[in-house]
Amino acid sequence: MDWNLLDEALGLHHTNAKPWPLCGRFVLVEDCVDTSAAFVLHHILKRSFSSSPSSAVLFLAFSHPFSHYDHVLRKLGCNLAAQRDNGRFLFLDMLMLQCPEGKPDQNGLASVFEKIERVITALHEDKKFISIIIDDISFLEVAANGYSNNVLNLLHYCHTLTSEYGCAFIALGHKDIYLNGDNAAVIFEMEYYADILVRAEPLSTGLAKDVHGQLMVSDKETQHQHGISTIKTHNFHFKIKENVIECFYPGTKI
Amino acid sequence: MAATRARVSSFSRNVSTETSQNPGLKHGPNGTMFISSGIPDLDKILGGGFSLGSLVMVMEDAEAPHHMLLLRNFMSQGLVQKQPLLYASASRDPKRFLGTLPSLASLKGDKSSDLSHEKDLRIAWQYKKYFGEPQLNLNTNNGGQHDYCNDFDLRKPLDRQFFSGSNVDCVSINDSPNLTALQDRCAGFLAKFSRNEGCIRTAGRIAIQSFCSPQCKYSNEEWHMLSFIRSLKGMARTSNAVVVVTFPPSLLSPSCSKRLQHMADTLLSVKTIPDEDKELAKLLTGYQDMIGLLNVHKIARLNTQVPVILEATTFSLKLHKRRFLVLECLNQAPVDGSSGSSYGTSGGCSGSTKTGSLDF
Repeated sequence: MDWNLLDEALGLHHTNAKPWPLCGRFVLVEDCVDTSAAFVLHHILKRSFSSSPSSAVLFLAFSHPFSHYDHVLRKLGCNLAAQRDNGRFLFLDMLMLQCPEGKPDQNGLASVFEKIERVITALHEDKKFISIIIDDISFLEVAANGYSNNVLNLLHYCHTLTSEYGCAFIALGHKDIYLNGDNAAVIFEMEYYADILVRAEPLSTGLAKDVHGQLMVSDKETQHQHGISTIKTHNFHFKIKENVIECFYPGTKI
Repeated sequence: MAATRARVSSFSRNVSTETSQNPGLKHGPNGTMFISSGIPDLDKILGGGFSLGSLVMVMEDAEAPHHMLLLRNFMSQGLVQKQPLLYASASRDPKRFLGTLPSLASLKGDKSSDLSHEKDLRIAWQYKKYFGEPQLNLNTNNGGQHDYCNDFDLRKPLDRQFFSGSNVDCVSINDSPNLTALQDRCAGFLAKFSRNEGCIRTAGRIAIQSFCSPQCKYSNEEWHMLSFIRSLKGMARTSNAVVVVTFPPSLLSPSCSKRLQHMADTLLSVKTIPDEDKELAKLLTGYQDMIGLLNVHKIARLNTQVPVILEATTFSLKLHKRRFLVLECLNQAPVDGSSGSSYGTSGGCSGSTKTGSLDF
């Protein structure tokens, strides 16, 4: 298996302890208009399938339909349609999900809760390594009419699944939306809970064909050595291609 | 030949080619289809046109109506190719706007032949025999309707026959308390173009102008507007249509504007150029002819994860012969005229710090 810098930063190459190292961990991916980090989700999705035959993914799609992900992952060497037929890829299309407007409806996202719970309890019976992926937290907020409490409840629930069922939870949010502090509670709480934070930004020098941006990956290691928790940070540049992500340290792109 | 293929191999061609059955559609990469924006230069910049199923958002400049140029050409292009159109605006009588749409450039092709004269090299007569037939410009003759992208003459209004039929629907959002009615109209319209595995008969176009302008009663309800755009995006994604929405970001909160920018598949913005700006006049060639700037922030990437990186993201809007809208790369004026070391370099001047283009 060819590990790249992103795999190493996420700890995916440590397959001795557990085949799917993200189990029990929450990965928050952040990006901005100039640089999309959706490719990180695609990469994690691909790696989760190849980690173990008893891995499965529950994918809550707010941003793109199944056909889009099918095309993208196929070029990465992963057949989502087949995985879906095998019961290893559960795609919940949330593109048209919209809570009715009016007072903050406590049950607005309840249907989503129920679906997730049903799927996880069913999957848990024969799959050991389950990942939950939300492709856009900001769209989830729009679906919930901006009621952060409902959104946070759902996100907290997904987070508790990491300890309760040992799931991996990966979510993507757009950092630049919250820069002014409006509704920032959602992103701040997510950053607080995240075990791994992956942030994609454009290069400070602007656009380039050879380097599409820079990634900063922070891993809050939970093993406390002498009571000191460490944060491992990785910084590198990336270039996105159809069938691979090239990661390299700044200045080392050939 | 089927216009959409169910299984596309990983090695799909990146060249866009026209479909013979429907000249208004073009194959794009990764199993996508394009329709023209109505502006030949913009089609080239975007790599073919607007992808079917995508949401195009144009950020307006409150000081100038340049976004109208984009909208008008987009709408005219669709009407000329008999692609159904739904147009919504905050004016009381949106139908009157149709009278301001530009008409097809006259078939004499005065624009294209003149430009080709300027651009082609003049070949000495004895070498012409080696080049075979002279290359035909893609937008000449053939009757304008049969081309993928047409030139539009902004000084002549579009022939009434193009929009008097039933394929144009105009909606006024002036009196609506909320966007529900418009959402239903859009849903009904897009349902006619829903995607199935068969071939595409025709594509639809939705043009929504200044959708959060203060005249609208709901303009303060940002979450309501966001959910409208999000559902529009979702509906468009599963249909063979392109939705173009213009909005003034200065009238929204920064986070709402950013959310809309993230929702867009293709994101453009237009800016004014101050008149009589001596600094700019020294910096750029052709400054006097420019009416505004167009910035390309994001280009739709459907079915792929690879971003499109352009050579330049800022273009000047010019009117060629005061009739035809053209987009040009910005060119720095030669320094002092004599020491011409800056020949042909491009530079961005719109003040955005992050998008500097690289020199070739």
